[in-house]
Amino acid sequence: MINARLYIMQRLTALIMAPLVIGHIGVMIYAVQNGLSAEEILGRTQGSYFWAIFYGTFALAVAIHAAIGLRAILHEWVRLDGMVLNLVCWAIAAGLAGLGLQAVYSVTG
Amino acid sequence: MTQISQPDQQFIKVSIWRGAGDKGGYETFDVPDQESQTILDLVSYIQQYIDPSLTYRFACRVGMCGSCAMMVNGVPRWTCRTHVKKITDKAGSLTIAPLRNLPVIKDLVVDMDVFFDKWVRAEAVHHPTRSIEQGVQPVSEDTAERQAANAAIECINCAVCYAACDVVASNPEYLGPAALNRAWSLVNDVRDGGREAILEAVSGTGGCHNCHSQQSCQKYCPNELNPTASIAGLKRETSKFALRNLLNPANKHNQGEPA
Amino acid sequence: MKVSGHQRHGLWFAYISHRLSGLLLALFLPLHFWVLSLALNDRAALDGFLSWTDLWYVKVAEYGLVFLLSLHFFGGLRLMALEWLPWSARQKTYAATALAAGFAVSTSFFLSATFYG
Repeated sequence: MINARLYIMQRLTALIMAPLVIGHIGVMIYAVQNGLSAEEILGRTQGSYFWAIFYGTFALAVAIHAAIGLRAILHEWVRLDGMVLNLVCWAIAAGLAGLGLQAVYSVTG
Repeated sequence: MTQISQPDQQFIKVSIWRGAGDKGGYETFDVPDQESQTILDLVSYIQQYIDPSLTYRFACRVGMCGSCAMMVNGVPRWTCRTHVKKITDKAGSLTIAPLRNLPVIKDLVVDMDVFFDKWVRAEAVHHPTRSIEQGVQPVSEDTAERQAANAAIECINCAVCYAACDVVASNPEYLGPAALNRAWSLVNDVRDGGREAILEAVSGTGGCHNCHSQQSCQKYCPNELNPTASIAGLKRETSKFALRNLLNPANKHNQGEPA
Repeated sequence: MKVSGHQRHGLWFAYISHRLSGLLLALFLPLHFWVLSLALNDRAALDGFLSWTDLWYVKVAEYGLVFLLSLHFFGGLRLMALEWLPWSARQKTYAATALAAGFAVSTSFFLSATFYG
């Protein structure tokens, strides 16, 4: 169910996300020390091109990565196949990318 | 093997799957406990002295032919080289079933057609480069490619890895560890002219990229081969091959032409 | 789900942890994105969600999520090393290390959230 092209996309998005995950976890450990609030989060992110690019890249990469990962699970455990499987996976990728970019826009815009 | 019936004889309870296709169930036999018994000895004892209708497959009895593999207590094993003493659980019971992931013909005999068809589908067949007039091609033992080919070469086609693999169980198209391991040894063989045909054959929907590296294949391979490592090699080579074709589409259909 | 005989080994558990952590993270993502989107139009609602993180059981749930993320991260690095670097015989050691590292990182988060927050 995973061909060479999907495999390459899966590993490529993983490589892109590796440093982003380190950054994300680092920020979480740091930010949580003073308790979480909308003011604290937005004070860090709003109007920042750095965080917009950081989390924009993260959201797009995770949308592709999760869609391919779920594709294997949906085929192996739910037995989805063919056109149905393709449509569901594209919908997952598009949905996650849409929600993700909306979230990034909301906190950095 | 002789039939033993001394008064102090100990017996082993052996549950064996009986039936055909999807229909069947376990039947229990008491088999005399003997010194240095293998699983295949137990099965043979039952067939020879208790129920001659029990169907199973074996040939060499010395771990060469790869025909006697069965599920023993849920784990695929070559039964002729598996000692009973090393397998029995604490309760002393044994369950023997036909190999997983293959259709059952009868009792312990599975239909191996799918397994071997997938070798062909993976292009895991020799692609000759020389005619008989050209003689035998010299093979250097020193190259990294030859060492990779050698590491994958001692497969006896027993299908233990195929039965151990959960990807095979849940994705019927998946070519499986044995076929992919063979494909990898051919990719590394200087005498084989089918490198690109193999890389294409293992890049499709049932190809090497479906492997999740659970590594049950290498854990249970009776010859201690490592199909997971071979499949990882195929993942690397097919990725490089796909990226090269992407960057230079003109190359894609030139395969097989003389340089 | 029943674990059968052939699955009872460390590297199979490494596989299933990678798969299940990935699956749970993918299911969590839509909620995560939706809550952050509240920053745009409904900041009070966002603060409402964020104030939940003071509850001890929400902190434990967060610990769980960070554990899933770091486990999936280290497990993923292990898989890419397995596929792209020369083969190493120490696969079980690497899988155990990935588990330990995931636990260590998420525990630092949990301690940070508990003792400073």
